[in-house]
Amino acid sequence: MTILEINNLNKSFGGLQAVQDVGFGVEEHRIKAVIGPNGAGKTTLFNLISGTLPFDSGSVVFKGEELRGLKPYQIAERGMARTYQNIKLFPGMSALENVMVGRHTRSRAGFVAGMLNLPATGREEAEIRGKAMELLGLLEIEHLADIEAGSLAFGQQRAVEFARALAAEPAMLLLDEPAAGLNMNETAEVARLISKIRDLGITVLLVEHDMSLVMDISDEIVVLSFGQKIAEDLPAAIQQNQEVIEIYLGGGDD
Amino acid sequence: MKRFLPLLALLALVISIQLLTQWTGTTYYLTQLTMSGYYAVVIIGLCLLMGYAGQISLGHAGFFAIGGYMSAMLTTRNLISFQNQDWVVLLDKFGLLAARQDLYGEAILAFQPWLAALIAIVLAGTIALIIGIPVLKLKGHYLAMATLGFGIIVYRVFLASEIFGEADGISGVPGFPLLPGVIVTGSFGARVGNYYIAWTLVIVAMVMLINLINSRVGRALRAIHGAEEAANAMGIDTARYKLKTFVLSAVLAAVAGVFLTHYNGGIGPSEAGVMKSVRYVALVAVGGMANLWGALIMGVTLNFLSLRGFFGSYDDAVFGAILIVIMLFAPEGLLRLNLAAKLKKLFSGGSRK
Repeated sequence: MTILEINNLNKSFGGLQAVQDVGFGVEEHRIKAVIGPNGAGKTTLFNLISGTLPFDSGSVVFKGEELRGLKPYQIAERGMARTYQNIKLFPGMSALENVMVGRHTRSRAGFVAGMLNLPATGREEAEIRGKAMELLGLLEIEHLADIEAGSLAFGQQRAVEFARALAAEPAMLLLDEPAAGLNMNETAEVARLISKIRDLGITVLLVEHDMSLVMDISDEIVVLSFGQKIAEDLPAAIQQNQEVIEIYLGGGDD
Repeated sequence: MKRFLPLLALLALVISIQLLTQWTGTTYYLTQLTMSGYYAVVIIGLCLLMGYAGQISLGHAGFFAIGGYMSAMLTTRNLISFQNQDWVVLLDKFGLLAARQDLYGEAILAFQPWLAALIAIVLAGTIALIIGIPVLKLKGHYLAMATLGFGIIVYRVFLASEIFGEADGISGVPGFPLLPGVIVTGSFGARVGNYYIAWTLVIVAMVMLINLINSRVGRALRAIHGAEEAANAMGIDTARYKLKTFVLSAVLAAVAGVFLTHYNGGIGPSEAGVMKSVRYVALVAVGGMANLWGALIMGVTLNFLSLRGFFGSYDDAVFGAILIVIMLFAPEGLLRLNLAAKLKKLFSGGSRK
């Protein structure tokens, strides 16, 4: 079943057509990767899907619902979570608290309940904390729970960001360059993790630069170049695709 | 519970101070401590908005004044000449009006303080909501300027309106009977009782705000403060949370305004002044921004000194200076500083980003 359907998506910034007539679908419980050289429009595409930027035309349909015009928080409420290329954790909050914020869409307590600290609120807090600890455990970073997020190592911050996104129990997870800034060992670790997330029943759409990561774990790959989709296929086929090879190797800058 | 231990300590301190003034025959201090308590309610509410949600307001004296002025106007406006009109008869029938005599024995029929307070507080909250929707879309300096503009408008409106007493303000505001025998009033005999009324309000407000910052909402507010885009992507309706926090802090300011006006028996335009708003911001800053206890302690201490006339005619200047000094040397507040290191860095030519 297709969980995300993107049709003829367009976005331009002034004269620059960042995303041009891009369309593809993402099957449930799969890992789909979007690759392409720098400036191909990958991150812009992500920002359009997650509602961070409005698109000019086209459509994004998630679980049968058109997302046009929805705010990022409304898209999150519908079961889509994301991470950022340049990690956006909440500074001044512990790793645990960061992950607890991720439970926002799965909890209810508002201003009045918060101020009065009703028994039900206390139970919900315990549930949020328990779930957050569980996710830190899944990512093998429970020992970092009480450390301020900003003071963690880069790789650890990425793990916290993963845990925060997973805390929402999303149907779909958007990962923006999850291997950016990581060394080879850490990248392999992230690859293992992404497969694990898929096995939890979460559909993954990722944007990535690192070819080894993408080829290893993706079920399908979309290739973007200058805002346009130039290929969509299985990893093995993409590796043989003449046009893709040219973009990646023929430019003479690699 | 751990989070309430400091509150028990505060309660003990409040009682000790009262007993101490009793024994030493210095109960006159309680007057300024009562007033400082009410101002502290404004300051901790602003602390929630500034320190936790990360939104500045240079218009909070406006909300305080809306609470105080509305309550004062409604409880002093004499309706006796309208007493045969239907609406007055109707209000009176439902017990919403109170009859009394003023100092000179003239009969007065005015709004009952509970109703007046309710109207004042709801009005302040509504105005905060209406102002907040457009204004909270702004950030940083722009938000500061917009709220400053609001504060100036409120000040000029009170100053210019005959109904609000123009430059004289409103006096002769009656006591506010909260419960039988518990009356917010500045009369000499009620000094000790009113000290406890004020500090009960402070403690109740502290309990609610401490609960709030330790809740799902508090986490959401700190997330918005830290990384608004990511907070939104995690499902937090950032605009709504900011707005609700703004309204909540405005309501706290208005509640304080109502109480202090009944305690003082009146209110004047200086309470709505921009310098008051600057003072509140300065006190939140000295307290350490995201630090309710810091805001409370510094707010009460400095307001107490100010009310005792400690700063003389330099009063407002002192608070302006405090703001500058804090921003330069201790942006995390006075109560958690490594001042020596900061000073060294500043004078060795280093600059803050």
